[in-house]
Amino acid sequence: MDNLNNYLLVSAVLFSIGTIGVLTRKNAIVVFMCIEMMLNAVNLSFVALSRHLGNLDGQVFVFFIMTVAAAEAAVGLALFISFFNNRESIDIDDANLMKW
Amino acid sequence: MDITSVFFAIVTIVAVVSALLVVTCKNPINSALSLVLTFFCLATYYAMLDAPFMAAIQIIVYAGAIMVLIVFTIMLLNIRVDANKKHTHQIVLGSVIGIVTLLLAGLFIIKGNVAAPTGPITPEMIAQYGHTELIGTVMFTEFLLPFEVTSILLLAAMVGAVILAKKKLS
Amino acid sequence: MFDNVWLIPLFPLIGFLINGLLGKKIKNETVIGSIGAFAVLCSFIVSVMTFLKLIGLPAEERVVNVKIFTWMTAGNFNADIAFLIDPLSCLMLLVVTGIGFLIHVYSIGYMHGEEGFYRFFAYLNLFVFSMLLLVMGNNLLLMFVGWEGVGLCSYLLIGYYFHKKSAGDAGKKAFVMNRVGDFGFLLGTFTLFWFMGQTHNVWTIQFTEMAANAHLLPTGGIVTVITLCFFLGATGKSAQIPLYTWLPDAMEGPTPVSALIHAATMVTAGVYMIGRMSYLFIRSPETMMVIAVIGGCTALFAATIGTAQNDIKRVLAYSTVSQLGYMFLAMGVGAFTAGIFHLMTHAFFKACLFLGSGAVIHSMHGALHHIHSHDDAQDMRNMGGLKKHMPLTFMTFLVATIAIAGIPGFAGFFSKDEILWQAFANPLHGSLNMLLWGMGACAALLTAFYMFRLVFMTFFGKCRIKEGAEKHLHESPMVIVIPLIVLALLSIVGGYVGLPKLIGDVVGGIPNYLEHYLEPVFANANAYVKANLHSDHHHSHALEWGLMGLSVVIALIGISIAALLYLVNPELPKKFTSAFPVLHRAVYNKWYIDELYDFMIVNPCKSLGNFLWKGFDVLVVDGLVNGVAHVVMAFGGVTRYLQTGQIYNYAWTMAFGVVVIVGYYLFK
Repeated sequence: MDNLNNYLLVSAVLFSIGTIGVLTRKNAIVVFMCIEMMLNAVNLSFVALSRHLGNLDGQVFVFFIMTVAAAEAAVGLALFISFFNNRESIDIDDANLMKW
Repeated sequence: MDITSVFFAIVTIVAVVSALLVVTCKNPINSALSLVLTFFCLATYYAMLDAPFMAAIQIIVYAGAIMVLIVFTIMLLNIRVDANKKHTHQIVLGSVIGIVTLLLAGLFIIKGNVAAPTGPITPEMIAQYGHTELIGTVMFTEFLLPFEVTSILLLAAMVGAVILAKKKLS
Repeated sequence: MFDNVWLIPLFPLIGFLINGLLGKKIKNETVIGSIGAFAVLCSFIVSVMTFLKLIGLPAEERVVNVKIFTWMTAGNFNADIAFLIDPLSCLMLLVVTGIGFLIHVYSIGYMHGEEGFYRFFAYLNLFVFSMLLLVMGNNLLLMFVGWEGVGLCSYLLIGYYFHKKSAGDAGKKAFVMNRVGDFGFLLGTFTLFWFMGQTHNVWTIQFTEMAANAHLLPTGGIVTVITLCFFLGATGKSAQIPLYTWLPDAMEGPTPVSALIHAATMVTAGVYMIGRMSYLFIRSPETMMVIAVIGGCTALFAATIGTAQNDIKRVLAYSTVSQLGYMFLAMGVGAFTAGIFHLMTHAFFKACLFLGSGAVIHSMHGALHHIHSHDDAQDMRNMGGLKKHMPLTFMTFLVATIAIAGIPGFAGFFSKDEILWQAFANPLHGSLNMLLWGMGACAALLTAFYMFRLVFMTFFGKCRIKEGAEKHLHESPMVIVIPLIVLALLSIVGGYVGLPKLIGDVVGGIPNYLEHYLEPVFANANAYVKANLHSDHHHSHALEWGLMGLSVVIALIGISIAALLYLVNPELPKKFTSAFPVLHRAVYNKWYIDELYDFMIVNPCKSLGNFLWKGFDVLVVDGLVNGVAHVVMAFGGVTRYLQTGQIYNYAWTMAFGVVVIVGYYLFK
């Protein structure tokens, strides 16, 4: 496949945008969404490479990543809800009880 | 410059722009919708990569289930978007890491050499047998154990979600 | 044949264990005292049997090593628990056990009513045990065990009245000064062992083996170093200059202790040690000179101090130091037999003197107690005219005093005169001989003077005791008087075993028994002297008679001066002291030697200790340990700011770490 590099570059771009999002946004749910975006960028890499190598192992792995992401979404959002119940805000700067 | 490359370029642009929108929008609903758009672009990529099954479950699971969940949560928490308050941390520091990551990854991609295609699956085979059947064959023979374990993982996630979101009984 | 010599030290050890462990329960004083005395008596009997067996052997065979068991073996070093039975050690055994037994009997009467009676006898038995190890040990290590043991018992017994601060201080002083000497002893042992091993491959510290290999030793050089180290040990144990100041202070202990330890036995350990290793000392002319000079100086120096003291025991203490000086003088001029002879006779009359003074003090104490007076029972200025109240004590005391003054017919004359003659006529020191003889003669004069001063002040003249106490003075009980009588008799007849050849020829061919008896012990040294040191003059008999007569005259002069000052004209002493106040004060205050030592040694040591405590231990060591704690705290105080609690910071750090790792692997 001659434009494997393109796909990988796209994946890299999406991943770094996701990183910037995680490190920049204050809203917890937006941070979570950016994490999902990072996962998806990696999924894209996997699929592209599996297509190139002619092996389906990469795509099966993507399958599992998606499953785990779904589970993670469920639990994570439940956490956010319980966090919100406690302090009426999901600004991640408010989760600072571990401060010295 | 054939149609495939043009199409690829358009999808890429859409994906990148919507990703940037996710990061920069003030309103979380806007970010969520942009993310859905990104997922659709990714599904298109999968389809272009001769993996239609992946495209399908991408839309079903991600865009259909996870994003819906996220939107429900945003609605449930009834977040007021405060116009005066800042909605980001220091952008500069975060961006630096992001850009460095991109550069490193780019270097890696350009300088690295990928192994030669050795696997048995070819686009003709996919066209012949159907992608779903091929994935199913691999999944239920070679990857049976992870498959079963994943089901237990999902069970644990369900239980966890229920317990965490419960209101206290007092 | 000599298989049961191990019984000799065993009996006192058993006595110590019984009295020490069970003594508190046995309340009966007679039982405790009898156990102690009986133990020493058994030792004495076995010693006599050993002695008789030894003189049954021909002279060449009178050296027997009796091994009990092997103590330790490490490479080349061997040390056994083994006893050396030869003429010298047998003589010492008889002296130690014999006089020890008499003093034990005396103590039963003297220490009557003391709290801690059992403790006294336990320590006394332990002392006899250690002293027996010292004189019977056949190697330097076992001798050192005994050496240390007697030092320990000396400390325990000097500080017997531990409620008195002065007694505790005196005990500590004795122990510390002994320690300095012991350090010398050890250095000598190590150097000798190492030297003989390295240069001649003779690895031994056993006396008989050392004697057999003595011809391998060089003259002077390393041998001087070794012998000086040993002599340092001797000065500590036997109270010579510079380590003598503990002995007068040791009079804080009970009088039997002073008699046994600080007159008859422990302080003679140094002399015995030099006699035991005569073949070593003779090979270092420098050390012999040092020994002789220090002996002579100590004899003279201590005698001067003795003339001005008022405490009866102090006078006797300085007398002991002085007489020990005589013994070292003898050893230093190569007259080993004379030194040992004087050791023996001195043990007799000095023990008698101390015990007699104890009887006097006991009586004085009782009398003063009756009238509830707190006058010092030991001060001679409170005594006087006691001879009509305590006739037996007076007789024995007078006999012993005549002996120490060196009047012919009594024991002290023969031994002291022999030393003075050898000091004059020995082939070792050339022109120094005159000086040595002079020091000895002056010391003899002073000895006669102050001893008779003591007798006149105590027993003659008007009774100066406090009003009303005189009628309470009485003679001591028999258990105290009988040992006095025995010792007094020994002070008379004890000298005749060592009759000098000069007199023996005149009287009808009586040989010098002691010299023949001890000949094999000192044969090695005497042969060395004959071979290497030639004396140019052959001293005539006339010279010897002349010096003998001169020493008698000196003694009589001393006695007459004392009689003049204390019998005939008791006002004269006061006129003397007021005519020479500075001299009197210096002599009375022991020439301020104790103060000098305090200034030179004790106070610097205390300052060093203080500095090490406040300056080093508190500041440096504690500071270091506390400093480490402070550093940890400070470090923690700084690094805790990493915990901001912000998720953003944690995420950023993680991302940064990933970038670094990936970058590293990318660019490797």
